[in-house]
Amino acid sequence: MSWFDAARERTARDILARYPKPRSAVIPLLHLAQEQEGWVTPAAMAEIAELTGTTPAEVLGTGSFYEMFKFHPVGTHLVNVCTNVSCQLLGGEELLHHVESTLGVKAGGTTDDGVFTVEDVECVAACTEAPCFTVNYRYFHRADAGTFDEVVADIRAGRSPIERGAAGDAGDLPVHGTLGRVRQQVPDDRRAGVVPPEQVEGAPSWMATMSPAASPSVSPDGADAGEGAS
Amino acid sequence: MSDETPPVEIPSVDITVDGETVAARPGELLIDACERTGTYIPRFCHHSRLEPVGMCRMCLVEVDTGRGPALQPSCMLPCTPGMVVDTESERTRKAQDGVLEFLLVNHPLDCPVCDKGGECPLQDQTMAFGPGESRFVEEKRHFEKPIPVNENVHLDRERCILCDRCTRFAGEVAGDQLIHFMDRGGQTQVNTFPEQPFASYFSGNTVQICPVGALTAAPYRFKARPWDLEEVESTSTLDSVGSRISVQSSRDRVLRFQGVDADAVNWGWLSDKERFVFEAYDHADRLATPMLRGDALGNRAPDGDALVAAPWSEALGVAADALSAAPADRLAVLGGARLTNESQYAWAKLAKGVFGTDHVDAQLGDGLPAEVVLGLPRATIDRACTPGGTIVLLGPDPKEELGALFLRLRHAVVHDGATLVELTPRRTGLSAHAAHSLRVLPGGAADAVSAMFGGGSPAGAAGLSAEALAAAGATIAAAVAEGRPVTVLVGRPSLAEAAGPVVDAALALHDHLPEAAFLSLLRRGNVHGALDMGLAPGLLPGRVTLADASGVSSVWPTVPTDRGHDAIGILEAAAAGEVDVLVLLGADVLADVPDRDLAERALANAGTVVAVDLFGTPTVARADVVLPAAAPTEVDGTFTNLEGRVSVVARKVTAPGTARPDWAIAVELADRLGTDLGFGSVDDVLAELAAVSPIHAGITPEALAASVREGVLVEGRTALARPDRTEVPVNDAYGLRLVADRSMYDVGVLVAHSPSLAGLAPGAVAGFEPSDLSRHGLAEGEVVDLIADRGTVQVAVASDPGVARGTVHLRVNQADVDAGRLIDASAPVTGIRVGRR
Ligand code: SF4
Ligand code: FES
Ligand code: FES
Repeated sequence: MSWFDAARERTARDILARYPKPRSAVIPLLHLAQEQEGWVTPAAMAEIAELTGTTPAEVLGTGSFYEMFKFHPVGTHLVNVCTNVSCQLLGGEELLHHVESTLGVKAGGTTDDGVFTVEDVECVAACTEAPCFTVNYRYFHRADAGTFDEVVADIRAGRSPIERGAAGDAGDLPVHGTLGRVRQQVPDDRRAGVVPPEQVEGAPSWMATMSPAASPSVSPDGADAGEGAS
Repeated sequence: MSDETPPVEIPSVDITVDGETVAARPGELLIDACERTGTYIPRFCHHSRLEPVGMCRMCLVEVDTGRGPALQPSCMLPCTPGMVVDTESERTRKAQDGVLEFLLVNHPLDCPVCDKGGECPLQDQTMAFGPGESRFVEEKRHFEKPIPVNENVHLDRERCILCDRCTRFAGEVAGDQLIHFMDRGGQTQVNTFPEQPFASYFSGNTVQICPVGALTAAPYRFKARPWDLEEVESTSTLDSVGSRISVQSSRDRVLRFQGVDADAVNWGWLSDKERFVFEAYDHADRLATPMLRGDALGNRAPDGDALVAAPWSEALGVAADALSAAPADRLAVLGGARLTNESQYAWAKLAKGVFGTDHVDAQLGDGLPAEVVLGLPRATIDRACTPGGTIVLLGPDPKEELGALFLRLRHAVVHDGATLVELTPRRTGLSAHAAHSLRVLPGGAADAVSAMFGGGSPAGAAGLSAEALAAAGATIAAAVAEGRPVTVLVGRPSLAEAAGPVVDAALALHDHLPEAAFLSLLRRGNVHGALDMGLAPGLLPGRVTLADASGVSSVWPTVPTDRGHDAIGILEAAAAGEVDVLVLLGADVLADVPDRDLAERALANAGTVVAVDLFGTPTVARADVVLPAAAPTEVDGTFTNLEGRVSVVARKVTAPGTARPDWAIAVELADRLGTDLGFGSVDDVLAELAAVSPIHAGITPEALAASVREGVLVEGRTALARPDRTEVPVNDAYGLRLVADRSMYDVGVLVAHSPSLAGLAPGAVAGFEPSDLSRHGLAEGEVVDLIADRGTVQVAVASDPGVARGTVHLRVNQADVDAGRLIDASAPVTGIRVGRR
């Protein structure tokens, strides 16, 4: 009776198996939860706490550091308008006002149809392309009111606006929360091998080159320890 | 005072602090080394009982480790040889100044209305090390104020300086990480998960260690200013841990208890029950005047149906008349765990030395035979918590019954590498950290022990595989082989299981592990003092049996020769009409005796019932003579904890009305019976105790004053009694066994009279192991009949993976469901059938 749907439940187990300590999986699981509902619900945090042997307070305490985890419902399309210095100088604030009046919500708000959430954000590291905004973290460079209107029209019409965005981008614009287009899969034979911290003996392998005395003592799969491993 | 550990040669690390050479211990943190040697470095986040985090930077000092002086946080820096430290340099001062100014950026200047004002490290250190005035004119952070993080703890977030003490306590010490930093960044704040309060038995400690007024305890909010408080150091008598406390009062009313750091005992921590129970002592319902049975007009009438107030002289007279009319073997005294050692000694002398009865028992059928507790090799808490040691739990959940001990044990297991083996009928608060957590059926522990050490089959330990038992045994055997100490925690895991099977298991462990020491988990207040003072059948003060009356015979008028009844025996005799006078020393038999039916029959058929108590409990309401006693905050004396450690209980306030100390009541009663007990003060009692009991010879006011915090350990054993082995009936296939245990909060008289605690009792549900639930076709929440030979109760069913297969779990002393109705004190275990409604 997992909170996750069946497929994500399997992914969650996969993720947990990657770490020697289950609590290390909190952040990847938060991503997974956000993908399922578009935001991280309290029920999801309770489930993650259960899976990782932590408490919901720890999950929220960890997750709430990260701006990109949402702990309240957001629209399927999250519009971030940058109003930090470069963008501001080149019209970021005006762009934000246009976005707000076009969608009829203030920054922080979500349209009634649940499609758009608007946020006023700090520098998104595209200063050379100012002013800019992102939709579900896909960039739209040197944007003006017209760019935004076209993007909205595309989304409302069910078209991908991606090509109006950063050069080279193509494809669909997934709904908010969707993780990478390619799900990370680490086949067993390619795992780096997890060694529980308490089983680590000796220095990490990269230190061997620094100090001839130190020899790594745990082989990649953590099963046997000895001088032979490198 | 603790174990006789040989003095170890600790090498020292020489460092230079402000020009002077100082010997630090290896690995010692610089801040601690400086404090120990007389240089105080200001700090907020550092706490000697918590892991260092370096959150606040207040402890920056200039340190030169050979690479030139640099500012370093002294709470994160272990001392290394040759370190040169300057705690007063220009740069250090500038750093302190700057850190304080930074902390005050967001801290409101609301000291005049803040409870912490006057005892606030932030206020004090700002005065001592900080800038004289504020340059800050901008807007500070604002938060909704205050928010309750649970029923008793409030949080004013804008005052918080983010030192991480409360949150570290919650995670590291209590293991209840229900508060945490949220919204880290510009809005970092301590908070709970929405709708999930900081439901920890230990939450009050966060209030005590918060270095500002961000966390406050509801019972103390806006009650007093610290400079108006008077305080005295005392011992918590709530449970048998005997945590050290500071009792703080204003205008003759106790306003709070604070934990005091006794290294051998509670490390400064208290359970919330120990902390907030002062409210009960201060409660308006306290008995303030003696009462006698009377008629509706308020006249004394022996067959009346009301209790009417009476003067002491009359009440004592009635009691004395009844006592002098009764032959010694028809007199009995029950209870006494609430009393100080001195009061217990006075009552032991009165009961055994004046009345001449041995029908005396401070335990109420819920404990263990005194000769076993006093006869097994005893352990201290420190010994149980030895780093790398092994702990065997054969008893109740320490988290529910002995909060401060639980924190010590948890620390040992989680942080100090102690190995825990549990033989309990239900999961405990420590199970998550146990190396072997074995669910044992009631009555099955002795079989489990022999199976652990390769003898017999684990038949009685149903549901346990031979391998699991053998593995646990091997773990213990390995510890023994390596010379690591093994300590057995022994108590009654369930009140629905008689003492016999537990004793059998404890003796089996003793036989297999002769080196193991035992720490008693008997819970009730000063019960270990009561055993030491002879408030147990067959015993005299000083852990000796009636056969060894040499100590008391010269000062006591008489000494009983034949062993008397224990509590259950006394109640059975009373029920049979064989007790003319039953004296109850704070014994609420209707609530505390596991067997409810027996307690009721006993009260109904006893002759005169004399109750000495703090409250008008249902038991007291059935008494004929009621004598009001003084509470622990109102008496001077000493207390003996579960290790046998004697420490001082100090009077802080006056008792309500004419209530008086229990020892004084004993003296007056004796006086009316024509005997002078010879006590005019508690010191007189202590002096006589030291004279009659060789093991108490060292317990003098001087010795106690010299070791006020750690107390004085009393050592010495009674000859170990070996009761006959208890035969446990075989479980029939459809039957279940009842596990009835205590929880931290119940409807007991002290909790019920502490407004901060009264609402916390969880209530009773019948917990079934999930597969038992389906085997019986029961649905969660369904109300069923639990049917025992003795009686039936109705209770809702819950699935509880923590209980053993084949058992039903019920909490005792909860509202609505009276588990005592099911328990027959004469049966070794309580079988249960489930009836559908
Ligand atoms: S509430 Fe108090 S103890 Fe907790 S982090 Fe803030 S200042 Fe520290
Ligand atoms: S200021 Fe807008 S992207 Fe940097
Ligand atoms: S006391 Fe050292 S950083 Fe807080």
